[in-house]
Amino acid sequence: MLDLRNVSKLFNPGTFDEKVALMDVQLSMKPGDFITVIGSNGAGKSTLMNIISGVMKPDTGEVRIDHRDIQQLPEFKRSQWIGRVFQDPMAGTAPHMTIEENLAMAYARGKRRGLSIGVTSRKRSMFREQLNRLGIGLEDRLRAKVGLLSGGERQALSLLMATFTRPQILLLDEHTAALDPARAELITKLTQDIVQEMKLTTLMVTHNMEQAIRLGNRLIMMDKGRIILDVNEERKKNLTVEQLLGEFEQISGRKLADDRMVLGL
Amino acid sequence: MVSSLIGAVELGLIYAIMALGVYITFRILDFPDLTVDGSFATGGAIAAVMISHGYSPWLVSLLAFAGGLAAGACTGLLHTKGKINGLLSGILMMIALYSINMRILDKPNVSVYGEDTVFTSISPLVLMPFVVIAIKLLLDLFLHTDLGLSLRATGDNARMIRSFGANTDNTTILGISISNGLVALSGALIAQQSGFADITMGVGMIVIGLASVIIGEAIFGAGSVFRATFAVLLGSIVYRIVVALALRVEWMEASDLKLITAVIVIIALVFPSVQRSIKQKSAARRRSAELATLASKKSIGGDY
Ligand SMILES: Nc1ncnc2c1ncn2[C@@H]1O[C@H](COP(=O)(O)OP(=O)(O)OP(=O)(O)O)[C@@H](O)[C@H]1O
Ligand SMILES: [Mg+2]
Repeated sequence: MLDLRNVSKLFNPGTFDEKVALMDVQLSMKPGDFITVIGSNGAGKSTLMNIISGVMKPDTGEVRIDHRDIQQLPEFKRSQWIGRVFQDPMAGTAPHMTIEENLAMAYARGKRRGLSIGVTSRKRSMFREQLNRLGIGLEDRLRAKVGLLSGGERQALSLLMATFTRPQILLLDEHTAALDPARAELITKLTQDIVQEMKLTTLMVTHNMEQAIRLGNRLIMMDKGRIILDVNEERKKNLTVEQLLGEFEQISGRKLADDRMVLGL
Repeated sequence: MVSSLIGAVELGLIYAIMALGVYITFRILDFPDLTVDGSFATGGAIAAVMISHGYSPWLVSLLAFAGGLAAGACTGLLHTKGKINGLLSGILMMIALYSINMRILDKPNVSVYGEDTVFTSISPLVLMPFVVIAIKLLLDLFLHTDLGLSLRATGDNARMIRSFGANTDNTTILGISISNGLVALSGALIAQQSGFADITMGVGMIVIGLASVIIGEAIFGAGSVFRATFAVLLGSIVYRIVVALALRVEWMEASDLKLITAVIVIIALVFPSVQRSIKQKSAARRRSAELATLASKKSIGGDY
């Protein structure tokens, strides 16, 4: 489904400020895989997401989706296959537009955007149905401006918008990190339900160790631009947070440092 | 007095089309586009020259619109593909258009006096309300299509709409294009209403457009697109009425108008941010006073 081969990315090459964001990363995802990604600050997790979605181009290596070489495609073209939810709740929605308008724009993913009316009554009832599943009452506020929603509500909406057209790949970059624990848990639950029900191929960065172990069928750990640990479904079942931290120390020779880290012990 | 007010409404209606154009770039795309000063005159020049050559005024107005579309597209290309700063791309096009307008006109001003214009058989005061309302409604409708939604989202959150597959370069170019098309159409109608086109007719147009948008929003609000475009129309008319009244003040000269307009825009731009910081400060003061009394009550409670 998704293949990264020998992907490397440097920032500020050749200067004293040189940063290795990704170094020779190999990753291959099968359809329906749900991979959680953990790693210390600056490990390259966000860069990995940005390179898959086309926000950045890798210095070397290639990215394939469904065996298509998408190296040359700009971000907006890749978006027809890739759904994303960002860490910042502001990032995934247009604040001055209504909930239904936001949904209509998400619904048009992969279609030609022409001169047909964006929010029709048929679409509106479909949106209402979809929002209903979130269970937070947004279905009664279709015409409210998204800027009026709380961070958690926005993130739930972003998640729905990113997924309801069934993208081939779903990228989640710490999409619960900006929320308080209760709301984060709600979004996590929704994520789990939606991904499972739609069988989405998902890559999720999280700083919550317990969550990383609990969710998904595979876990990768990154450090200094490399994937240093890749845990398969079998091993993941019996993995504990202590084991995971121990593994990190053993491989990298230092303690895992993530300023947003939640151990969830 | 009455006749000058009627004249103001008439002008306000014609300039409203320009103000709608400015609304698209300034409010929807969040892109202050200075091309307007050039493209307004381009519209006027195309109209005056072609009408004086005997072309149909309706066809001519349409071509002026097309001329504006092209000018706007150039600015959009400079900004998106050439990665030139937004203000600078507008200024560059404005300067370039000066030469182009001079080529079109061939002399500093061209008269259409005595020629057939769109206003020959119907007075502007009768025709313009229909034209302006039609343009407003068409624009409202467009801004609710899939394409229009992605145009609005480009100004609101470009990263978001890209993540849903819209090409924000294209929507930006499209928006600036339509904007300048409307501006040029307005220029073409002004040339027909006043009887001539002049190389300097667009000078300061962007500021007048901004003033109309801002006055309209301040007085009539801007909740929805429908409401906002309506406010812009009324803002343009109110602006012209203010100008007409200002001109009746004895010690004021016509040339002071640009200064007054600039001051209106400055006040309107500064006021909201000052207001916001005052609000924040007073809220903070109230809250700290609250916390202080709370703390003192507690300490009294402790003594008890
Ligand atoms: N635009 C940029 N310019 C320069 N350096 C960058 C840029 N983006 C990322 N980096 C650097 O690349 C490295 C990887 O950053 P990245 O954001 O991918 O880390 P991350 O794993 O997402 O970290 P975090 O847990 O803090 O989100 C870091 O050293 C970072 O400083
Ligand atoms: Mg990150």
